[in-house]
Amino acid sequence: MTQISPHILDALGTVGPASGTVVQATDVHKWFGRLHVLKGVSLEVARREVVVIIGPSGSGKTTFIRCINHLEKIQQGRIFVNGHLIGYREANGKLVEDREKNIARQRQEIGMVFQRFNLFPHLTALGNVVEAPLRVRHMPEHEARDMGRDLLTRVGLAGKLDAYPAQLSGGQQQRVAIARALAMNPALLLFDEPTSALDPEMIGEVLDVMKALAADGMTMIVVSHEMGFAREAADRVVMVDDGQIIEQGSPDEVFGSPRHERTKAFLSKIV
Amino acid sequence: MRTAPGESLIGTRPARLLAGFVVLVLLLSACERNVSYQYRWDLFFKSVFTPSPLILGGLGLTVAIAVVSQVVGVILGVLGALGRLSSAAPIRWLAGFYVWIFRGTPLLVQITFVYFGLGVAGIYAWDRHPLFGIAGAIQAGTVALALNEGAYMTEIVRAGILSVDIGQMEAAKALGMTYRQAMRRIVLPQAARIIVPPLGNEFNNMLKTTSLLVILGVGELYVTFSRLNGTLFAPFELFLACALWFLLLTTIWSFIQSWIERRLGRGFAPTDSGPGWRGRLFGSRLRPIEDPSQVSGGR
Repeated sequence: MTQISPHILDALGTVGPASGTVVQATDVHKWFGRLHVLKGVSLEVARREVVVIIGPSGSGKTTFIRCINHLEKIQQGRIFVNGHLIGYREANGKLVEDREKNIARQRQEIGMVFQRFNLFPHLTALGNVVEAPLRVRHMPEHEARDMGRDLLTRVGLAGKLDAYPAQLSGGQQQRVAIARALAMNPALLLFDEPTSALDPEMIGEVLDVMKALAADGMTMIVVSHEMGFAREAADRVVMVDDGQIIEQGSPDEVFGSPRHERTKAFLSKIV
Repeated sequence: MRTAPGESLIGTRPARLLAGFVVLVLLLSACERNVSYQYRWDLFFKSVFTPSPLILGGLGLTVAIAVVSQVVGVILGVLGALGRLSSAAPIRWLAGFYVWIFRGTPLLVQITFVYFGLGVAGIYAWDRHPLFGIAGAIQAGTVALALNEGAYMTEIVRAGILSVDIGQMEAAKALGMTYRQAMRRIVLPQAARIIVPPLGNEFNNMLKTTSLLVILGVGELYVTFSRLNGTLFAPFELFLACALWFLLLTTIWSFIQSWIERRLGRGFAPTDSGPGWRGRLFGSRLRPIEDPSQVSGGR
């Protein structure tokens, strides 16, 4: 349905060099008040790798990816993205929250796509895409608009440049949101259940865009229960339960022959 | 306005309002009528249709004071709201204190205190610090009105900001915006849509509240008519004319407000956004949904 030509991705430089580690999280702990949500999560994601995180609701998978761009604070552990310690600096062996400007700069490298899209309703589709390049990167306006047009064309929305989010379907809104995240040319894309707020007939068009990105070598961490997407696009599936990674491996390993009882129980519920 | 079949024009809302107004005036002039009173309608018509420079000056001063006070009030309101939502506790307390004081005491007391209180105590000599050529009572009165307005606007702006989905701030931050950028570019423009209707109320009030400056002797619209009445003694005719002038101001404002709301509504409602000027003046019934797909198409 949606035509996406991968070579444009390369032309726009959304793909980084093919080696190295993008994300390195070690022993991440997070409390919401007295609730221990993340209990020592460690995860490494290589460049061009696509990691799908699955797990029951409340297991902490969304919280974990929100920690990666510091939308959530962590109380223990370290998260590095492209070698930068995210959200904190170390002072006398203690973690101190970093200055807002530094955190904002780190986030420019990390795109995020939300479950509820979170498009800016007062801006058009193109306005949504060019907002950050214009205001954060100070890109010249004509350049930003050209890029925005290209990106929206690529997610199959060339005809909707001037539409406001309220005039778009859920699937179209989510594709605008992906274009918006790509506009900052991030080294890493985080997807927080990108299709779970969508009507079934719209899930496919969003997954198609994500698959094209994956095929093109974008580094992605995707919280999702879309098994079809995971089988086709994921390099690794990570099972999170009760704030811990209990199992991980290739899609075939995890879906085909899960070792952990809780993984088996979980998979039997969602299939 | 749509007239349903079988419903005569007299049943529509503006017509009813107008009829009510006429009946009221007739009743007023008929009941308890002092037979010896000679109406001086010439005074009424003169001050409405060929107003003297005195009246026009008062009108201008009313508009000027109201606009300046409201603009400063909105600025104070935005600052106050950001203060009340600040992560720094002292700033939060300061903003809370400001709102507490100015919403908690009578405006009349604030006006007199700011002009006479501060003036007599020698804390601020209003007559000696002209700003854009304006000093004394007018300056003091405008400051008092603006400070009072700022407190109310603080709460209105705060409500507007809180009404914007938290996901908007998160999406802006995830794109690398700072809190300031996200507030200015993403949150406040959306909050504006929520803020404008109550802001319209506030300015409508402000236009009329300027008449409280009578206690400082500021020559705005009400004071002008009050003085005219002092020499001519025709309270019925003159204050009726005075009321009409205020009504004209607030009516013009309601036109401007509905225009602003339409502009801000872009991107939110696929079809109609808010009542137009007719609806605003005379009230509008809920319109029937003609094409349901237009409405539910939002998602």
